[in-house]
Amino acid sequence: MKKKLIASPYLVWMVVFIVVPIIMVGYFAFTDPEGRFTLDYIAEVGQYTNIFVRSIWLAAIATVICLIIGYPCAFILSKMSKRHQGTMLMIVMLPMWMNFLLRTYAWMTLLGNNGIINTLLGYIGLGPYKMLNTQGAVVLGMVYNYLPYMILPLFSVMVKIDNMLLEAAQDLGCNSKKVLFKVVFPLSLPGVMSGITMVFVPAISTFIISRMLGGGSNLLIGDLIEMQFLGNSYNPNLGAGISLVLMVIILFIMTIMNQFDSSDEDRVLV
Amino acid sequence: MKKISKIYMSLLILFLYVPIFVLIVYSFNTTKSRTVFEGFTFDWYLKLFQNELILTSLRNTLIISVVASVCATALGTAAAIGINSMRKVPKALVMNVTNIPIINPEIVTGVSLMLLFVFFAARMNFNFGFTTLIIAHITFDVPYVILNIMPKFRQMNPNLYEAAQDLGCNSFKAFTKVVLPEIMPGIVSGFLMSFTFSLDDFVVSYFTSGATSQTLPITIYSMTRRKVSPEINALSTIIFLIVVVVLIVKNIIENKRIKEEAK
Amino acid sequence: MQNIISLKDVSVNFDGEPILNGINLDIKDKEFVTFLGPSGCGKTTTLRIIGGFLTPDSGTVSFEGKVINNIPPHKRNVNTVFQRYALFPHLNVYENIAFGLRVKKEPEAEIHKKVEEMLELVNLRGFEKRSVNRLSGGQQQRVAIARALVNKPKVLLLDEPLGALDLKLRKEMQTELKRIQQQLEITFIYVTHDQEEALTMSDTVVVMNKGDIQQIGTPVDIYNEPINAFVADFIGESNILDGIMHRDYLVEICGREFECVDKDFGTDTPVDVVIRPEDIKLIDANEAKISGVVESVTFKGVHYEMVIEAYDFSWLVHSTKAAELGSVVGISFDPYDIHIMRKMGKKS
Repeated sequence: MKKKLIASPYLVWMVVFIVVPIIMVGYFAFTDPEGRFTLDYIAEVGQYTNIFVRSIWLAAIATVICLIIGYPCAFILSKMSKRHQGTMLMIVMLPMWMNFLLRTYAWMTLLGNNGIINTLLGYIGLGPYKMLNTQGAVVLGMVYNYLPYMILPLFSVMVKIDNMLLEAAQDLGCNSKKVLFKVVFPLSLPGVMSGITMVFVPAISTFIISRMLGGGSNLLIGDLIEMQFLGNSYNPNLGAGISLVLMVIILFIMTIMNQFDSSDEDRVLV
Repeated sequence: MKKISKIYMSLLILFLYVPIFVLIVYSFNTTKSRTVFEGFTFDWYLKLFQNELILTSLRNTLIISVVASVCATALGTAAAIGINSMRKVPKALVMNVTNIPIINPEIVTGVSLMLLFVFFAARMNFNFGFTTLIIAHITFDVPYVILNIMPKFRQMNPNLYEAAQDLGCNSFKAFTKVVLPEIMPGIVSGFLMSFTFSLDDFVVSYFTSGATSQTLPITIYSMTRRKVSPEINALSTIIFLIVVVVLIVKNIIENKRIKEEAK
Repeated sequence: MQNIISLKDVSVNFDGEPILNGINLDIKDKEFVTFLGPSGCGKTTTLRIIGGFLTPDSGTVSFEGKVINNIPPHKRNVNTVFQRYALFPHLNVYENIAFGLRVKKEPEAEIHKKVEEMLELVNLRGFEKRSVNRLSGGQQQRVAIARALVNKPKVLLLDEPLGALDLKLRKEMQTELKRIQQQLEITFIYVTHDQEEALTMSDTVVVMNKGDIQQIGTPVDIYNEPINAFVADFIGESNILDGIMHRDYLVEICGREFECVDKDFGTDTPVDVVIRPEDIKLIDANEAKISGVVESVTFKGVHYEMVIEAYDFSWLVHSTKAAELGSVVGISFDPYDIHIMRKMGKKS
């Protein structure tokens, strides 16, 4: 009984600074500045469908690319000898500890019209290509920044796969490709699912990457929200409405992911 | 097969590090050019250390990170102990709410806290600044502290606490002598995690800082929005070096511990 | 019967540490062969070489006369029952057993028929849809055996398959494995450190120690005629004494001369002498060449185990009659119960 009380300061904190703010987002989304109930702002979000579609699309592409690049990397890491594994993991994860803005800034210098890549291409008579301020640059920025979020959960699931299972699969007639598809991949599915959410959620809601690498013409949901709170078009009610829709979208996607996960578990359990 | 793995990892590492090394190289460039290297200089580093704005925001960041992570560790440790002894249903409820700041997009956490602060600022007459920043940081730090400690309770032998009591400890002593050392690694890693998250946070701070108290990431953001300034490169180089040194030291300490445990 | 598997001069090193020192071994078709030895003796390594999970540093492995050193595991007509079973946790019982057949893309009807046959063989009918995580140890064991056997291998490798089971279940599974082996008429290669298991099940026992094969023989041979003190000690309990072989049929133990049935050790050669505790008879001290004090008496159910201190040696004696603690008794044994062995480490 006494022990439970020790959590009470946090419980108060949790209610005031986690629960109440979320409720306030909901409250602002459904009221006008005078505090009267209205659906206008939620309806207004509909005008920005193209931005929502673009955000989902770019985040989805970035997530898929992260999975394609990250999966082999995590697999190679998980199969390394313990001695090299720690060092290699540190090398792969180290850029993540660098400030996010500086990492994105680095790509600005690389991709610009007078940037290094275009200058190098110029020497062999190519370009200059417009790379900065394109959707491609935004996706690149997302992949570069969030790739570790894909590799880490995949790696931590894969190191736990008993090597004996892989040997058993070989013993039963699998070549290395079949071992990967029939055993490693199904067993790494929980890692795939959490990797997908860990990349997709920040990617769909970013406003820095789109602003720094996408220029003004590739607005994402994050930019839209930011503009309603700190930009020129101050409109917290609309901002709250957009945030609410964003939360619903993410909740929806995570439910689908969990479905995958739990249906998989059900098959194991039943 | 081994060869393909090596080539693959090399390409990946190249992709991860080239942008950072380009930043570092151009921090020593005499001109502001981002393409041509015209000469070697330390000027940008000198300018960086004379830049009042950067120095103040660095100080702000450090103060906020220390205060927020210490508070979050205390709050989170107490919370984890309490949550651990809760019944199944309230425990699941609390843990689900605790997960919200981790799962939610940062921008939504930032915006929701901003709405709360705006609401109270108007009624209670205070301004955005250190207080709001520290509250915001504690809020997104605590969940990580709790999530780091909870597994330690699960790994702990449930009879330890009773064994300590059996051997003559009262419940407070049993806790400090037996339970606390068991969950200590979780507390430490929770603290380090929240400290680094606070140091690095941009999005939540951006919405809760107000005009006066800027943190380093916010200053970096406004610098990247303005014209080219190799001071950023210099700053990147310094941050990168600090990160490398910290991680290497951490690795050495960990390896030593693993070796000692092996003995 | 022809040899199905032959190892010639097979050596393996891990990080410069020798694991197998050039072993030679022939395994006949349809035999139940057991590799027996303490942990680290190289028995599992030998099994992994046959399974194809390990390539020897030198030497050749042949299967039906063909060298298979570089054939990967999935192309060998050999299947393994792994230690701790290694069942696929994402598949149910049926799919675990069907795994190998599906890899070979056999038709669905064929797969169904074969899996059902296997479930019948290992007594797991009705468990098809069960998750492997919800099976008992014994049931998991049966699935692992069925999963390997469904592929109709010529040789089944079993790596300490019963190690995780309790004693009663072990005994049951021992009989069952023997039944399956005889029913299917295929070669079983079985790895264990349990000498009793090895003696009960095998046609041939291969005793190994420190990367060398010590002795190959039938269980009866290995028990009755251990080739050296290690084998004698590892297989059953024994008294191992220092002795001197004076000449053929005459050995000196504890300063007394005894008649024995061994010869060809030369003259006055130091040897190891092994006497099984159940072969020692307790007689009146006055009539015996060796006598000593009864140090302990323990009731073991079928017999009493006694330790008798005589001539700086603790003699282990098994007898259905207990001697009195502290009393002086005589020790006697028949000439054919004295086993003479060359000292270890001095190969002739």
